[in-house]
Amino acid sequence: MSIHDISVTVNGAAASGTVESRRSLADFLRRELGLVSVHFGCEQGACGACTVLVDGRSVRSCILFAVQADGAEIQTVESLAPGAELHPLQEAFRRHQGLQCGFCTPGMLLRSLELIGDNPNLTATEAREGISSNMCRCTGYQYIVDAVLDAAAEMRGEED
Amino acid sequence: MKSPPFDYHRARSAAEAAALLGELGFDARILAGGQSLVPLMNLRLAAPGHLVDITGAPDLAGVGANGSGLSVGAAARQRTVELHADTLAIAPVLADAISNAGQVPVRHQGTVVGSLAHADPSAEMPAAFKAQGGSVTVQGAGGTREIPSEEFFEGYFTTPLEEGELVTAVTVDAWPTGTGHGFLEFGVTAESWPIALAAVLIHTSGGVIDRASVVLGGVAEVPLRRSGAEATLVGSVPGAEVFEAAAEAAATGIEPLSDSFGSGAYRKKLARVLTRRALTTAAARAGGDA
Repeated sequence: MSIHDISVTVNGAAASGTVESRRSLADFLRRELGLVSVHFGCEQGACGACTVLVDGRSVRSCILFAVQADGAEIQTVESLAPGAELHPLQEAFRRHQGLQCGFCTPGMLLRSLELIGDNPNLTATEAREGISSNMCRCTGYQYIVDAVLDAAAEMRGEED
Repeated sequence: MKSPPFDYHRARSAAEAAALLGELGFDARILAGGQSLVPLMNLRLAAPGHLVDITGAPDLAGVGANGSGLSVGAAARQRTVELHADTLAIAPVLADAISNAGQVPVRHQGTVVGSLAHADPSAEMPAAFKAQGGSVTVQGAGGTREIPSEEFFEGYFTTPLEEGELVTAVTVDAWPTGTGHGFLEFGVTAESWPIALAAVLIHTSGGVIDRASVVLGGVAEVPLRRSGAEATLVGSVPGAEVFEAAAEAAATGIEPLSDSFGSGAYRKKLARVLTRRALTTAAARAGGDA
């Protein structure tokens, strides 16, 4: 088993570590960097709970080895609200009750952030299709879609 | 679960990857996007001793028109290929197949060539690639060779790749103007693995079909060409009756296995319906309606 030194940028700050080749990016972020927003659900790439942004794109961090992410820029939910104020997307999830147990929420938030970034005027259908990559077993998705649309409107600068 | 231990190697070029495979022997596997391989490793269904990561090899990352068709490098990501203007122009059936495969976050990381080399007979990209036709470029210690798409899928997860060889690129052959495609699959949900799928192309000239390709996925150990359906189509004027006859021919003689998602009989029925609908779409596109 090989051991590797890796350097990444996580939420804007440089981070490095020494990892076994088999160490997943999810394990590296959560266990070594303490970013506990990274959740382990299925650990086979199906559920999306471990979603993070790597070089600006959503990926499953449970089926990406940390060594593969060497040199990459990584974003987790911790970056959304560095201070006391929630990100508009988080605020919309709270307002619309777009979560119950919260296990899927970090992945949902990052995937939603990407969706809104790609298409600030997304429709309900596009939001629903977009978040189909991430499983939620509580909400039935309706309130998540509501939250994504509301957050998109707010991020476009529209008042509701 | 977590992956079993392995040694990780980074290849900076196709030549370096081939050299590493040759040196490391039978226990080495190529790691591209890893979206099939790593889940299998986490589930402990695969335990290669060495992984050779090719995603940092610039000479494997390309995608674009190459004169005879669309070239897709072994490190080109599915999402990149799916949205590429040359894919939409030359191989829209492949773009449709990719858009039906996995989830967007999986497609950000996964590669087209990786899916082809994985050779899952239920997967989207192998069926689309076989339907449109093309070739696979393989590199090993002895140099490079080309394998026609028709010969690339040998059985469940089995290709003609020899020990020490890797796929460096595939070319999807261009079809002439007047071609329409159809790609349809059915699963329990839009996100599920397809129970069955159909990938078709037809070319019309003077209102008559003069070339047709019909391939089914999920019904056999490989993406399955349906020559009887193609023969029914060629020489006919596109229309509901001939599409029904071709769909019937496509579903005749197949013996899909049953599993928890659907019985063999159900898959057979899906094969017929999906083929008919895909042909209807393809005809509209061939006639310039879409």
